[in-house]
Amino acid sequence: MSTDTPKEQGAMKSGPVRMADADFAADRRQNDMAGALRDYWAQVRSGDLGAIPAILGIVALVALFTALRPETFLTDRNIANLFTQALPVTILAMGLVFVLLLGEIDLSAGVTSGVCAAVMAKLIVDSGQPWYVAVLGAVVTGIVIGTAIGWLVAVIRIPSFVVTLALFLGLQGITLRLVGEGGTVPVRDDVIVALANKNMPVALGWALAAACAAGYAAVQLWRWRQQHSRGLSVKPLQMVVARVAVVAAALLGGTLLLSQDRAPSPLITLAGIPWGVLLVGVLLIACTFVLGRTPYGRHVYAVGGNAEAARRAGVNVTRIRISVFMIASTLAAIAGIVAASRLNSVTPSSGAGNDLLYAVGAAVIGGTSLFGGRGKARDAVLGGLVIAIIDNGLGLLGTKAYLNFLITGSVLLLAASIDALARRRRSSAGR
Amino acid sequence: MTDPTRGPAADRDGEPVLKITGLNKSFGAVHVLHDVDFTLRKGEVMALVGDNGAGKSTLIKCIAGIHPIDSGTVEFEGREVEIGSPREAAGLGIEVVYQDLALADNLDIVQNMFLGRERRRGIVLDENAMEQAARETLAKLSVRTVKSVRQQVSSLSGGQRQTVAIAKAALWDSKVVILDEPTAALGVAQTRQVLDLVRRLADTGHAVVLISHNMNDVFEVADRITTLYLGRVAAEVRKDDVTHGQVVELITAGRSGDLGLAPATAAESM
Repeated sequence: MSTDTPKEQGAMKSGPVRMADADFAADRRQNDMAGALRDYWAQVRSGDLGAIPAILGIVALVALFTALRPETFLTDRNIANLFTQALPVTILAMGLVFVLLLGEIDLSAGVTSGVCAAVMAKLIVDSGQPWYVAVLGAVVTGIVIGTAIGWLVAVIRIPSFVVTLALFLGLQGITLRLVGEGGTVPVRDDVIVALANKNMPVALGWALAAACAAGYAAVQLWRWRQQHSRGLSVKPLQMVVARVAVVAAALLGGTLLLSQDRAPSPLITLAGIPWGVLLVGVLLIACTFVLGRTPYGRHVYAVGGNAEAARRAGVNVTRIRISVFMIASTLAAIAGIVAASRLNSVTPSSGAGNDLLYAVGAAVIGGTSLFGGRGKARDAVLGGLVIAIIDNGLGLLGTKAYLNFLITGSVLLLAASIDALARRRRSSAGR
Repeated sequence: MTDPTRGPAADRDGEPVLKITGLNKSFGAVHVLHDVDFTLRKGEVMALVGDNGAGKSTLIKCIAGIHPIDSGTVEFEGREVEIGSPREAAGLGIEVVYQDLALADNLDIVQNMFLGRERRRGIVLDENAMEQAARETLAKLSVRTVKSVRQQVSSLSGGQRQTVAIAKAALWDSKVVILDEPTAALGVAQTRQVLDLVRRLADTGHAVVLISHNMNDVFEVADRITTLYLGRVAAEVRKDDVTHGQVVELITAGRSGDLGLAPATAAESM
């Protein structure tokens, strides 16, 4: 093939090898729907659950809260609210997916988001900087914190649990110093506030949703054609089409919901997709691309699966370790900005509450393993929705605070149990 | 000066790919390898045998660039080289397949075979090219035991894993493939598959080193046998010239009849 480098061609000198069916082509024969479904079912049975728990969770929770609060839960306004509620946790979780993929943990991601938000707010309020300088300052703060964590974990070899627990305490001190005891820094910059509080024009929302759906379909079908024409292992076309249909339906359905006028009074219109949802969409596409399509992403999975094998294969394990903490802290900075936008302010306790626990829960509920090596960027979005639905639904039910803690903690434990059991299943399935 | 470390088979036919002469290696005060000569030929399987502590692993690690050597020369395809790091070894075409720790469970076969050396198109992985090349290599080695190249390694048996690890070594433009106890943890049928693969590896023009404690495996696939005894080469012999018993004696006593170390050397090494 034309992409061969000269060195690689040496190994393949004898030209294309004709592959009789008996040789090595069993995976190309079962290219029908039934075979693919059988394979998928075997995969699920062997403990590779993918997005199933999260999707079942969303369906069950929506049904539950709709039954309990039929007049409020499924209103357009609450749905839009739910999406913005999910934003900070989802972004935080997306960064944690990278760290969890290596089997590490970042307990300081929540307070990192607080510090970065405080830096941004101080830059706007005290130094009068424009929003983009402030955002840049927050992101750079995140990168610095992530580099420090990564260096301590990968070079000094302190367990990430201890490093980030120490930073969890230490960084709260920095936020407190920046914001001042008992103080609040208001965030009034138009652009920042718009992120979680303003919606994009309805027409733009439709256009973007349609473009995303069409783009996804084009990528999937093009890839199918490439694999098919080159005689590679390929999923049946019906399955690809079904997946495209599900994604397109989710995109367009979500847009339809968010395009309804949800203003409480008939005098004004309030409709459109919140800008923050667009931000999450962009981050989701970027992270999915990095993890799934680049050598860097492949190396992250390899280090998470077997660090020693990756090292022997020439992967710079130390650099990969440092980089995932940098990514996690950078996304934490963005999460902090979105949270500050949603609350219009930064307080000393920003990011110090349940945010981190929720984010870890979101990633794990979405299907990312705590043991490393398994996970996707989309897990953060699915899990973030589950967490937001629980949070939102319990709020509508008016449950007591102590119950909220108990229920959310139990959900996290449940997700971790499913993860651990699925892992046991996987290791016993491998002969 | 006579060379007691050479068996009668030295330097008969075969084009040498790697030729080590007079290699010495010490760790501190411990002299691990004494004047080791070791030659690998294209298309041949060289079994490297010896008791625990005889220096097999150290010799392999010197070849793989993990340990620097103290003295001696290494010739690769006729020119003298220094192998300073695993990367340099890989650059020359020397691939080592370790007993375990070679594969990432959560990646599929193609992803494992290309790990660390992914083909890319711009910044994007070229999955299709990698899958095609992996298929061609597996087909060339007549691997029939794997259902799909897109199967995750976690779902493979021990023999299939070893097959993938060996095929990975053959995927590159490799000239020397070193296999460290490839059949140690395998059952009868799986051992059979792996030994067949070792043979095909040599038949496709590689120089293969097989480290093994299992004499049946050694006599089944090896062309030549090098015995290490307490850091010295007791003998390098052709498989057809010796019996099981002689090799076992070489491993345990350093000599067997007129083969092996001179009595004085063997005794001195104790």
